[in-house]
Amino acid sequence: MEIKDKRPASLEDIQNEIIDEFSIFGDDRESTIFYIMELGQKLPPLDEQYKTDQYIIKGCQSKVWLTARLEGDRVYFDADSNTEITKGLISLLIRVLSGQKADDIINADLYFLEKIGMSNIIGAQRSNGLAAMIKQMKLYALAFKSKMNNE
Amino acid sequence: MEQTGIKTDIGKIREQFPVLRQEVNGKKLIYFDNAATTQKPLSVINALTDYYRHYNANIHRGVHALAERATAAYENTRKLIGEFINATDTEEVIFTSGTTAGINLVASAWGRKFLQKDDEVIISEMEHHSNIVPWQMICEEKGARLMVIPVDNKGELVMSEYEKMLGDRTRMVAVTHISNALGTINPVEEIVAKAREAGAVTLLDGAQATAHVDIDVQALGCDFYAFSAHKLFGPTGVGILYGKRAILEAMNPWQGGGEMIEEVTFEKTTYNEIPYKFEAGTPNIADVIAFGEAVRFLNGIGGKKELLSHERELLQKATEGLKAIDGVKIIGEAHEKIGVLSFVVDGMHHFDIGMLLDARGIAVRTGHHCTQPLMRRYGIEGTVRASFSIYNTTEEVEFFIESLKQIIAKWR
Ligand SMILES: Cc1ncc(COP(=O)(O)O)c(C=O)c1O
Repeated sequence: MEIKDKRPASLEDIQNEIIDEFSIFGDDRESTIFYIMELGQKLPPLDEQYKTDQYIIKGCQSKVWLTARLEGDRVYFDADSNTEITKGLISLLIRVLSGQKADDIINADLYFLEKIGMSNIIGAQRSNGLAAMIKQMKLYALAFKSKMNNE
Repeated sequence: MEQTGIKTDIGKIREQFPVLRQEVNGKKLIYFDNAATTQKPLSVINALTDYYRHYNANIHRGVHALAERATAAYENTRKLIGEFINATDTEEVIFTSGTTAGINLVASAWGRKFLQKDDEVIISEMEHHSNIVPWQMICEEKGARLMVIPVDNKGELVMSEYEKMLGDRTRMVAVTHISNALGTINPVEEIVAKAREAGAVTLLDGAQATAHVDIDVQALGCDFYAFSAHKLFGPTGVGILYGKRAILEAMNPWQGGGEMIEEVTFEKTTYNEIPYKFEAGTPNIADVIAFGEAVRFLNGIGGKKELLSHERELLQKATEGLKAIDGVKIIGEAHEKIGVLSFVVDGMHHFDIGMLLDARGIAVRTGHHCTQPLMRRYGIEGTVRASFSIYNTTEEVEFFIESLKQIIAKWR
């Protein structure tokens, strides 16, 4: 779980850090995929109660479960997937978006994906799945925002 | 190891498949997804452009030269296919858009007329969804029962269970000739013979069979045989439904439209003869014509016996290789198999393995292979499937095994 007293870095800082990390692989596709899988392995486990159809992201070939919660003015995400690569992908998104303010998530420009050539690495079908994950995260943020505004 | 006719000429065969001469992800392409669709030889590709360049015309009913030529070429494929599967009459060969369409045609047109409440339709646990869902739909409509022949641990049908299922109410037995997920060659002659004894109609799903074993519909004795051109070096969008003349004539059409009629008035329409009765609308002329070239290609490479023996050599090598890797489990170890190798790896998801193999240029299929009930039978979600064809080589198999070994070792 996230470390509470640590201020989350900015969206940009985290994205630039990721771009940096991926740059060492160049066009070595296999190493890149293995790295994504390793990131997936490091994702904290998701409580079994969330591994139900209610939390599944539609539009992914693999199964991806995602939940979100609000703490203060920040939105936190937890997720899991049945495949290691997809888990790696959602873990990257979590790294960037989890712990950010709802507005920042809603407006986030996730340029790191294009910079590291993600669509080329994972292919068109998985890219659609990735887009579905981002959309779902933004929807959560939107829901929290309107909840906050109503309170 | 015995030299086969194909093996000596494999370089020549590969030359005819331009798609194989490329790199993917910076690696030499190794195409092991032949059970999904085979690649196309130049003759097939050329036939397509040749048709559109020189004699594109709608067939039948035309009096002009191009229509004549297109009709002749189209009907010539029908004749070739009739010979290819040893049909009694050319008219028993119906062009469809694929195996799926052929099975739906039978389930709808035959089922609607001949199935009744409490009748029974037998399929098997290893069927592709396209030989499950059409039967579920018509059974539901008619109040008929769907019965399922179980599969044993090795991936063979439990014939004793099948025999027990057959009875007075059995109307249709529809099973796959060869399993796309396991590679199992089913004892279809026996299945058909037993069904006939029980007075049932039979349909064989030949999608996986036609590129691998000789098909003789008369010897098989089945009433229907459905397959797809694209799994047989032909284009996508073309399939064949073979049906025995008597049963085709007894059936009503499936779809209505042009081509399939004899005379139309607003009061009543009379139908054309078979096969046209079942070919409503402008068919896929170009692809049917090109499919003829695929059959010629197959006939030209020395017959399916050699093809199968080449494939089995690859299968044996790959099977031995896989078995030597710790944590790999083969799904489907039937005695009689084509070159289809399904497997799972401990602690790794099939999607991940598929992507890692792809990074090395190796194209395999991952997932449930449209056989979810079968996957459930084995308690798995899916497999990695490598499937071989005539243009694959032992070197490719060696590279695949070596790659898989390294990938698994790296992840552990
Ligand atoms: C055994 C089997 N039946 C039916 C089909 C469906 O064929 P098509 O999609 O060409 O209609 C396939 C294709 O994967 C198959 O392998």
